[in-house]
Amino acid sequence: MKEVNISDLERKFEERIAAEIRIEPNDWMPENYRKTLIRQISQHAHSEIVGQLPEGNWVTRAPNLRRKAVLLAKIQDEAGHGLYLYSAVETLGADREETIDDLHTGKAKYSSIFNYPTLTWADIGMVGWLVDGAAIMNQVPLCRTSYGPYARAMVRVCKEESFHQRQGFEIVTTLAQGTAEQKAMAQDALNRWWWPALMMFGPSDAESKHTEQSMRWKIKRHTNDELRQMFVNATVPQAELIGLKVPDDNLTYNEEKGGYDFSDIDWDEFWQVVNGHGICNKERIEARKKAKEEGIWVREAALAYAEKRAARRKQAS
Amino acid sequence: MTKPKALFEYLIRHADDTMILGQRLSELCGHGPILEEDIALTNIALDLIGQATELYEYAAQVENKGRTANDLAFLRLEREYKNVLLVEQKNGDFGKTIVRQFLFDNFQLLNYTQLLNSSDAQISAIAEKSLKEVKYHLKHSSEWVIRLGDGTEESHQRVQESVDDLMRFVEELFFQNEVNELLQEDRLIGDCEEFKQQFYKNVNNVLTEATLTIPEIKYHQKGGRKGIHSEHMGFLLAEMQYMQRTYPGMEW
Amino acid sequence: MSNKEWPLWEVFIRSKQGLSHKHAGSLRAADAEMAINNARDVYTRRSEGISIWVIESNKIVASDPDDADALFEPSNSKVYRHPTFYTVPDGVGHM
Ligand SMILES: [Fe+2]
Ligand SMILES: [Fe+2]
Repeated sequence: MKEVNISDLERKFEERIAAEIRIEPNDWMPENYRKTLIRQISQHAHSEIVGQLPEGNWVTRAPNLRRKAVLLAKIQDEAGHGLYLYSAVETLGADREETIDDLHTGKAKYSSIFNYPTLTWADIGMVGWLVDGAAIMNQVPLCRTSYGPYARAMVRVCKEESFHQRQGFEIVTTLAQGTAEQKAMAQDALNRWWWPALMMFGPSDAESKHTEQSMRWKIKRHTNDELRQMFVNATVPQAELIGLKVPDDNLTYNEEKGGYDFSDIDWDEFWQVVNGHGICNKERIEARKKAKEEGIWVREAALAYAEKRAARRKQAS
Repeated sequence: MTKPKALFEYLIRHADDTMILGQRLSELCGHGPILEEDIALTNIALDLIGQATELYEYAAQVENKGRTANDLAFLRLEREYKNVLLVEQKNGDFGKTIVRQFLFDNFQLLNYTQLLNSSDAQISAIAEKSLKEVKYHLKHSSEWVIRLGDGTEESHQRVQESVDDLMRFVEELFFQNEVNELLQEDRLIGDCEEFKQQFYKNVNNVLTEATLTIPEIKYHQKGGRKGIHSEHMGFLLAEMQYMQRTYPGMEW
Repeated sequence: MSNKEWPLWEVFIRSKQGLSHKHAGSLRAADAEMAINNARDVYTRRSEGISIWVIESNKIVASDPDDADALFEPSNSKVYRHPTFYTVPDGVGHM
């Protein structure tokens, strides 16, 4: 039997996972578990950070004072989420700046949704409603993920996410109930964002190379397709409620499975964008690189000052 | 000039100061050179836009012509914006953003402190609420001026350049005319000459601790309070007003 | 590219209810003042706290998970420290 061959530590680890006991930073863990977590959490962190950019694109053009403040607070939350997650990565012995460098060289991925452009104000509504909506669908089960620091970060994130989707839906609703021009703006944005939002859940279960192991380790709690289905079921009625049409002619409610049937996703487009050939991939990474490069002298200065001051204090005492 | 007109003008000046600086800071949202500072600067932007909202709301009420706070913020002509030139200056590098903030925070702190004694309850209430925010802004910007000034050779040089560049806009913060005189009669506002010395003392103290030198300014730049802005302003407004101008009269 | 990093700090926050400081997370900062400022902006955006402690992460001494049995098991048997150990008659209500 296989069990006989695995080490004591590994058995103990598997037992804890089975008993739903959280794994903590100092606990022994298989190298692959650590690697999988570092990959997933840093990818998640990068998504929060890159995710600031498409919305940031509209902060300076937000249509009124209230929307401007709400959008700023929302984007700021995303930066916070990025930080919580980088903190969780660091508990695994990874280095924040090194993981960020991996993002900049293209070695690490981030959610491909953020490679789509925000072209009108309605897109900001769609990002909140659909993109944050899909993110919440993904993130709520992660509050129970097996690695303690990741789970705790997700609890904090989920608490803050709830207003994100609402503010987006409020924007979309206002447009859907507005002038003909506004309604058309909302419909056009839904047409462009619907499919990319569904792609956010990742490749189909048959294609997903990490899903099985991640489920076994209870890092992941649902498969990509399960989550995608949950999202469609939750979102279609919301669209109907405000009189917008989901751009899928094959969308029908299936009584038997208690959910919607929908068309196949354009996987060619999905892989194209994931592999770095979406319309905004280049700009997004360049913007983040620029931010980091412009921060180097600031980082060095603060460090130099802290050292100088510590030395002065030592001398004085 | 009538007193309500003077009050409107006064409120607009300070609303525009906070709005335009908030707009400038919001350009950095998602692009800040350090993640933690991205969050900090966005917090400051949010506070400033909050202050602007309250000041515009009161201005709209004083004007009593059916214009809303949003109309005032988004639908005036460039010449009708009365913010000081300092706040519309471009973000530049992180050091420049910080120095601009530092100078403005110092002014706001003393100005709001004086306005606590306003005979106008609404003004003193706005001052009281804003003062709490400004104290934090000033702490944040002062600490950074010191870190950068007394940090590395490069940071010292960079931040010194920003100080040299921005100090010429400082004098305008103390601009006063008949608007101020009228409002001072009823003690709605105070005389900012009273805290000007204190302002320079506070600024100099921090700059000195930061090992920076205070440039001697021969030619002070002014104009914003009269609606004569730098060339940057038109572009800032084009962006800020884009939605309101493109789709007039719609709710968002 | 220079990656000389700021030290890592652990953040502890006391909420309004007057409970003890609770670990909120970590962040990077060059000095203590910056750590406090950043903790405020990162971890208390929704007035989660009224008091912040920060400490450099490398100053924290943690118990070794391998010692967990020795450290924590003895108190597992001291159930009398928990209120549910005691039976009270019905009708006493909340105690
Ligand atoms: Fe988020
Ligand atoms: Fe979000």
